[in-house]
Amino acid sequence: MSETHAQTVAFVRDTMLAPEPPPVAESGAVKWLRENLFSGPVNTVLTLLGVAIIWFLVSHFWDWFAHSVWNASSLNECRQIIIETWGEGARGACFAVIRERWNQYMFGFYPSALYWRPTMAFGLMFVALAPVLFSESLKIRRTVLVVTAVVTLWAMVQLNAPGAWLVFAAIVLVGGLAISERHVSWLLIFSVLYPLLGVWFLWGGSLWGPIMVLVGPLLGWAAWTLVGRFSALLATVAAIVVTLLWWLMFASRAAADAEGLLSLAIPFVRSDQFGGFLLAITIGVAGIALSLPLGIILALARRSDMFLIKSMAVIFIEFIRGVPLIALLFVASLLLNYFLPPSTNFDIILRVIIMVTLFSAAYMAEVIRGGLAALPRGQYEAADALGLDYWKAQRLIVLPQALKISIPGIVSTFIGMFKDTTLVTFVGLYEPLKSMSDAVRANIAWKGIYWEPFIFVGFIFFIICFGMSRYSMYLERRLRRDHR
Amino acid sequence: MSEAITREIDRSQMRISDEVAIEIHKMNKWYGTFHVLRDIDLTVHRGERIVIAGPSGSGKSTLIRCINRLEEHQSGRIVVDGVELTSDIKNIDKVRSEVGMVFQHFNLFPHLTVLENCTLAPIWVRKVPRKQAEATAMKYLEKVKIPEQADKYPGQLSGGQQQRVAIARSLCMQPRIMLFDEPTSALDPEMIKEVLDTMIELAEEGMTMICVTHEMGFAQAVANRVIFMDQGQIVEQNSPREFFNNPKSERTKLFLSQILGH
Ligand SMILES: Nc1ncnc2c1ncn2[C@@H]1O[C@H](COP(=O)(O)OP(=O)(O)OP(=O)(O)O)[C@@H](O)[C@H]1O
Ligand SMILES: [Mg+2]
Repeated sequence: MSETHAQTVAFVRDTMLAPEPPPVAESGAVKWLRENLFSGPVNTVLTLLGVAIIWFLVSHFWDWFAHSVWNASSLNECRQIIIETWGEGARGACFAVIRERWNQYMFGFYPSALYWRPTMAFGLMFVALAPVLFSESLKIRRTVLVVTAVVTLWAMVQLNAPGAWLVFAAIVLVGGLAISERHVSWLLIFSVLYPLLGVWFLWGGSLWGPIMVLVGPLLGWAAWTLVGRFSALLATVAAIVVTLLWWLMFASRAAADAEGLLSLAIPFVRSDQFGGFLLAITIGVAGIALSLPLGIILALARRSDMFLIKSMAVIFIEFIRGVPLIALLFVASLLLNYFLPPSTNFDIILRVIIMVTLFSAAYMAEVIRGGLAALPRGQYEAADALGLDYWKAQRLIVLPQALKISIPGIVSTFIGMFKDTTLVTFVGLYEPLKSMSDAVRANIAWKGIYWEPFIFVGFIFFIICFGMSRYSMYLERRLRRDHR
Repeated sequence: MSEAITREIDRSQMRISDEVAIEIHKMNKWYGTFHVLRDIDLTVHRGERIVIAGPSGSGKSTLIRCINRLEEHQSGRIVVDGVELTSDIKNIDKVRSEVGMVFQHFNLFPHLTVLENCTLAPIWVRKVPRKQAEATAMKYLEKVKIPEQADKYPGQLSGGQQQRVAIARSLCMQPRIMLFDEPTSALDPEMIKEVLDTMIELAEEGMTMICVTHEMGFAQAVANRVIFMDQGQIVEQNSPREFFNNPKSERTKLFLSQILGH
């Protein structure tokens, strides 16, 4: 034994330490409160101030909410009920207006016998969206589609949908569910056809219309394969020309002739009968679906090496972003009338959709351009070095990554655009927030009711926008898991 | 000298054919007014393993990037596999599908799995059926010794593994020529070896290779010709033995004394 032994002795643990819970102050609610709300004098004062403000707001509005009436046929009756129940001077919300005018808020002046049609279109939209939005998760798809099927069929029964159409909807909904379980990519065929089907359900008329619209791209494709033997560029031009020519010159006549041979018509509904959330959602969904691809094309064009294409994209984007949406809507509703031949019937909703699409596509393009710029140059080089051509490189390598980076911005643009659909009130369309509420108030029974319609409409907008925001977070999480 | 190299390839087995794989004639390139490559003349025969060395900024990367037209040259001729590189897109695509390239920073596609990285180009450029492309990809992943990583994403692999995936990805296009731009300089020492081993194996199979690298051990073990560049020009080229033991130009001597540390 040497003297150094005591200092250099090796250490060997003979009993292992059991884990212990952390001290009380360090976990749970107390710790959270101390760290987040009372971490210093300034923070404590701010916390107390915040609590005071919340208390003030809640105490102020609580009575109003608590005293709400859901069953009445006029504002006076509402007030009567409030006074009878809670005494003289009591204030209360009269949400009965929403219950009574529910259909008007949902469908505008759409013929009430046909309410089932937009309802069915809305339900089937989820069948079309499921394979796009939830391509990876069978479980989410199943939940969404089952809920959609039950709610849609229930609503259609409530709205007295004809039996044949009930059967049709049931087949599509259940069939969609079955396909989603096994070959989800097949469901994309329905997603592609849905826009035409949806338009037909909403506006009605002859099914030959949408069919003839569909014929356009088919003819274009035929032209493309024919001319493609000689020149790729010429083939693209030929395809576009043939398609447009068909749409502009022949489609409507062909549809009319076909209708004469075999009628496939359902009652037609005019655009000025649309209103409420039906209108907002129609414009919003169409705008979203169209502005994303247009935004991608604009973003790519703006980064193109070709001077003409690049400058056209820059001019377009900067012009549209520099002009208020309302100005564009006025152009759509008023100015176009001067330029179009007097007899043309250029649908007002279609015009608004075009303007809203152009508007948000310009913003979309800038958001996506940011994503494109964020990609390292090496990705482009690797794609080039492997021999991928421009479009393949964009589609397979660049866009999947750039779009993923841009998801938050893209969804913000969608949300902004959806809320901007309320601006169509200025071109005489009955969007839910102002026009429809004015229409409701125009009735003597509901004259003087302000807050309740706004709260209701705001609430529905909030649900839809919040849903989009949550979806974008889900998507980001899912994609992040992929790459780590 | 790098300890990463454990063996020298058996040169007696190597065949260098008379067939010309790459011919560069009086090629010049400018970046704006900056003359990066000056009168480059270089002929590479099939089966040759060429190492390009030189100080930073001497134009090594630019030269090999001109060979698959990631950079455009302004005068002179570059003929790869009998196809002259001009602005004709068809020729460029043809050359690119014959020439594989491995980058310093791997440049794998982070949104695709390792297997998808390897099958993407064969499926979309060569139009190989998916099943077959996957079989080929697995073959090459086995060759670079990481078949078990096929379903992972690049971000989940180590640097050395990523670089080997990048090599496998290039090989899946079954190129006749491979270009390497400092494939090991972003790697830790222990990973350098695994990548160099893969490259040595490739050389032994007779692949035509042009490799920019600072791994002089690799140059000695594998190359049949070393090219030294400085200021955009080819200053010296020789067999590795001559190049290292008996450098002719002053610049080469200076460079070698710096890089070899004696
Ligand atoms: N895109 C560019 N624009 C302008 N100058 C460039 C560009 N790329 C490279 N250069 C310049 O060209 C010269 C050669 O660059 P290159 O990348 O070929 O050098 P290198 O020999 O590969 O160097 P390193 O060993 O550092 O990779 C350098 O001086 C560099 O600054
Ligand atoms: Mg370099």
